[in-house]
This record gives sequence, C-alpha cells and structure tokens, in this order.
Amino acid sequence: MQESGAADGVHGLVVDGLVHAYAAEPVLADVSFALPAGRVGAIVGPSGCGKSTLLALVGGLLTPARGRVAGAFRRPAFVFQDPCLLPWRTARDNIAFGLKALPLGRAERQRRADALREAVGLTAADGDKHPQALSGGMRQRVALARALAIEPDLLLLDEPFAALDVGLRRQMQTLVRRLIDARGLTTLLVTHDPAEAVRMADRIVVLSARPATVAAVREVTLPTAGRHDGAVHAEVSRLVADPAVARALAIDDTAVEPV
Amino acid sequence: MTAPRSRTGLGAIAASTAGVLLLLGLWEAGHAAWGSLVLPSPRETALALWRMTVDGSLWPAVAGTGRRALAGFSAGVLLGTGLGAVAGLSDTTGRLLQPFATLALGVPAIAWVVLALLWFGGGGGAVVFTVLITVAPIVYAGAAEGVRSLDGDLRRMARAFRVPRRVLVWDVYLPHMLSHLFPAVATALALSWKVAVMTELLGGVGGIGDRLAAARAQVDTVAAMAWIATVVALLLALEMLLLDPLRRRLLGWRQALPGAARHGTARRDAAPDL
Repeated sequence: MQESGAADGVHGLVVDGLVHAYAAEPVLADVSFALPAGRVGAIVGPSGCGKSTLLALVGGLLTPARGRVAGAFRRPAFVFQDPCLLPWRTARDNIAFGLKALPLGRAERQRRADALREAVGLTAADGDKHPQALSGGMRQRVALARALAIEPDLLLLDEPFAALDVGLRRQMQTLVRRLIDARGLTTLLVTHDPAEAVRMADRIVVLSARPATVAAVREVTLPTAGRHDGAVHAEVSRLVADPAVARALAIDDTAVEPV
Repeated sequence: MTAPRSRTGLGAIAASTAGVLLLLGLWEAGHAAWGSLVLPSPRETALALWRMTVDGSLWPAVAGTGRRALAGFSAGVLLGTGLGAVAGLSDTTGRLLQPFATLALGVPAIAWVVLALLWFGGGGGAVVFTVLITVAPIVYAGAAEGVRSLDGDLRRMARAFRVPRRVLVWDVYLPHMLSHLFPAVATALALSWKVAVMTELLGGVGGIGDRLAAARAQVDTVAAMAWIATVVALLLALEMLLLDPLRRRLLGWRQALPGAARHGTARRDAAPDL
C-alpha cells in the first residue's frame, strides 16, 4: 500500500493501469478505476478473471508488475471467503489477532475484541469457543470482527459470503453494510454475484475475462436503506441488460438451451 | 465444550477405577490358578516392591534407567525435530532423509539393541543410542508433517494483518507444529522408557533392566513382577501427571472438532509395538 496518496491529493482509492502476471500468464491486462472515500465498490467478473489478484494488489499483499494503487490508506483489512481462523485460538483471541500488529496492551486488545464481537452479534459464550465449535456463519462473523477490530481505513472483502447459504448471506450482507456505513469505511468487495454487488455497493466495476480489463463501471443509485428484493432485482436486470456488462459476464440469453 | 468435560467427570473416574479393579481381580485369579512361581499375587508383588524401597535398591535402578532414557529421548527429540523441520521446509531434503527415517523406523528395536551393544559395549552409551535411534524417526515424521501441512491460507491471513514475526511464530507456526509434534513426542517418551529397559536387560548395563535380568537368572518371579510393576507405574505416572495435562493444555482446542466428543483425541497416539 503506497502511502503517497495524501501527497497526490488523492481522496479515496485510485487504481491506475494495474498489470499483473503469474509466471508468464497475464492475469490483469490493464485495470483502472476510482472509488471515493467512504464508498463501497464491488468488483464483478467471470470466475478466474483475477478479481482476487486485484484485491491482493490493492491490499498490498502482492506488488503489481506495472501500474499503481493510490490512496491515503495505511491500514487495509481483509475478509476472505474462507474465514482463515486460527483453530487453536478462541473466537475472542481470533478477533484480537490483528490487534497484535498494533502497539496495544493485552487489556485494550481484549476490550476491543469484545466490543467487535458484540457488534457482529456474537455472545460472550461464543467468544470463548474455538472455531470448530462455531457454525460457518459465526466463523465468518469472527473473521469480519477481526478485520474491523484493527479500525482499518480500507476494508477488502474477497467473496466473503460465497460459502454461506442464501438466508445467512442476506443477513451478513445487511450486517456488513450497516457496519461499514457506521464507520464511513471505504470498502472494496469482490463477488461473482451481480445481485450481491447491487445489494452492497455504490459503484460496480465489471472486469472482463482473463487477462482482465475494466469492461464497465456502473453506479448503483438505490438508497442504501431501500435495497429490498424488488428494487435489487430490477437493478440487476438493468445491469446485466447492459451489453458491455453482459459480454464481460458471458451472459448471453441466446446461448441458454431450453430446459 | 460440555461433552469433553463429562469424560473427566465422576462417571469417567468410576469407569477407570472399575478397569483397574478388574485387572487386579484377574491377576489374583491367575495367581490362585497357577501359584506364586508362575504368577505372584498382587500382595506378594506389593510386599516385594516395599522391600526394594526399604533396602534402597529401587531408587538407584529407577534413577539410572530414567537418566539414560531421558538422555536418549532428549537427543532423539532434538535430532528428530531439527531434521523434520528442515525436511518439512525443503522437499529435496525430505526426499534425501526419507530412506534414513524408513531404515531407522523399520529396523526392530531389538536389532538396534544388538548393534548398539556391539558398537558401544555394555556401557550406558548403548542405551542412549538405542533410545535415540528409535525415538528420532517418530519425532522426525511428526515435525516434518507439522511444517509441511501449515495452511497457506493462514499464512496469507497473517501476512494480510501485518503481524510481527514473533506473533507469526508464536500464534501460527508453533501451535500448528505442536499439534503434529506433541503426539509423536508423547509416543516417543513412553517408547524411550521401554527401549531403555530392554537394552539394559540385554546389555547388563544396570538400571531396571539389569534387575529384571537378575530376577530371571534367580527364577525370582516375585522380584520380576515387582520390577515390571515399577516400569508400568512409572509409565502411568508419566502419562497422567505429565502428558495428559500437557495434552489438555496444548491440544485442548482439538476437542471441539466434530466427532472428537465421542471418540476423543487423547489416545489416538498409542505407542507402536517394538
């Protein structure tokens, strides 16, 4: 993560001409987009198009071959599809894990962990359990609390709800959006599900198939509070009817065989 | 975690006590059937044990065996952990070392005893070597697997949170490594004790093994039983006073694994046969 953002006068996240390859295989051909501070962006694209790579580049886990990520972000936090919890630590200690990178005493770490545990809707008894004793949804809540505990200025969500069933996913989407809004947190979400993007994001960046370029950038104009199913479905229909989006996501009605 | 707790509750204690009583009952019955020369009674054995304690022959033998077993065990654990960690980190080294591990594991302990006695003569060195060579490959396998199987996702997560190296080692690497290493080390500890006694017996090195050999020469079944009881008691004490508490402390988190409540994980690491 470059810390030159403030000097650049960049307000928010700017991804500028990112190019990346694994060995000789190009993954990102040329990806540029911007996201205003405090907004939620969604990266949508066909599977294997390099969405996760893009997120890792933005979060500083990878160094781009070319291009740059700008923004005055010092502390990004990740939530992955797999919760990636330490099985030998309790939920509470897992939430406090990221805090060990900060100059905080043990008592303060535990206090913050407890506050976040409550914020994501876990009881004190859940906090004392090890991850194996928690359900999939609860584990993902722990992972979310762990990310928010470090008080990040950039939240990076990599398909965080893909492994959850539909009802749980809906719950988590609402919870996450509420927590993000309460903190005014700039957030980048990777998802393969256009409905999830519409439900959660303010701006949708559609990537093409690998090697990825930006196929389309669309704003979601629905008010955050008014994103119930009907409105979301209508918006998704509008989105995928867009030729640029449909081409990138390989949504082609004529190619679908009759059932 | 309420299910695992019940295994250490009153019901569990009652079951364990019943098991010990059953064992003593069968022992007594065997004694009644075959007589003292074949199977001395528990009472005779306890009396012999008491005499050994009073006349001062028990403690030096136990200390001697313990010292040699512990020396070989420590050396074996150090060697096995070091080489195992290297093998886990580097595939090439792992392949290079595998034949040695297989050889050390495949040769029966009794054959190592013979070789050790030929190489080192009848001194304590033979015992230490035999224990080392039987312990090291077991620990080696555990350590290699521990390092090799560390979840790449967890490493990536730790990197994403930019935790310092100390936290990475202490919170991620070590607990994972221990979960593989501890069962191997626990097995090795019990094994080292048995192998030490065996080598002493065949080599006349001193210690409990030597006393067993003497009892055999004098056809003193009572003394033999008393020494055997000593070995078993020491193994049990090691298990209950050292290994079980350590296991609960270090691997307690595993109890929450699905199925663990029913089957438990504590006894999975039964010692292999010699």
